[in-house]
Amino acid sequence: MSTLHTVNKSPFERGSLASALAHALPGDAVLLIEDAVVGVRAGETAAAQALKAAMPGCAIHVLGPDLAARGIAADGVVDGVTIVDYGGFVDLAAAHDKVQAWL
Amino acid sequence: MSDSKRFLYVNRKAPHGTVYALESLEVVLIGAAFEQDVSLAFLDDGVFQLVKRQVTTGIGVKNFAPTYRALGDYDVKKLFVERESLEERGLTEDDLMEVTHENDDEEDVSSIEIVDRARMAEIMAAQDVVLSF
Repeated sequence: MSTLHTVNKSPFERGSLASALAHALPGDAVLLIEDAVVGVRAGETAAAQALKAAMPGCAIHVLGPDLAARGIAADGVVDGVTIVDYGGFVDLAAAHDKVQAWL
Repeated sequence: MSDSKRFLYVNRKAPHGTVYALESLEVVLIGAAFEQDVSLAFLDDGVFQLVKRQVTTGIGVKNFAPTYRALGDYDVKKLFVERESLEERGLTEDDLMEVTHENDDEEDVSSIEIVDRARMAEIMAAQDVVLSF
């Protein structure tokens, strides 16, 4: 039983990403979409640190079109984060037993 | 009942400022008709939904808080509240309303269980379907 956790709010404004990471279990995946993608910019931010800390157990993904829309370059994201397109989003949803949205 | 699924309704927002809490409660009550294995989770600001003595007359909205106490009559008997979320907001179990259901011996027992964050993660992982509000 693994879960794909989706997060769609900026981690600089809301606690959704922190909550998702605090409840994700090893083998789960986290996908950042919409405004949440601002959290994956590489740098000394709390969000970037939290993503790095989570990555040994959880795969972290980000939706490419949302990154592009916000001017974040593909090579400017936290190391280890995988960029997926809409098809990849579908594949992730299909690869896990359920999807849990952190609104 | 062999085809019943485990449904978890996740509540993470304070009541009244947005419609999420009321919508969640309405969906839970509708869903109760389908005889599934239903649990409710309250974490982050969602713990404020269960705080007792909510008075909404001054803001002109329906006070749906008493409806939580009726959940037992709809066979919704598992309300999990995250301890860390309570503590981070200066709340304790004593600040929460009483929500009870009748057990097999016809005694009223609490439907609310305070769980820590690790246990909450396990509860979420064990579900077939998670509905977020």
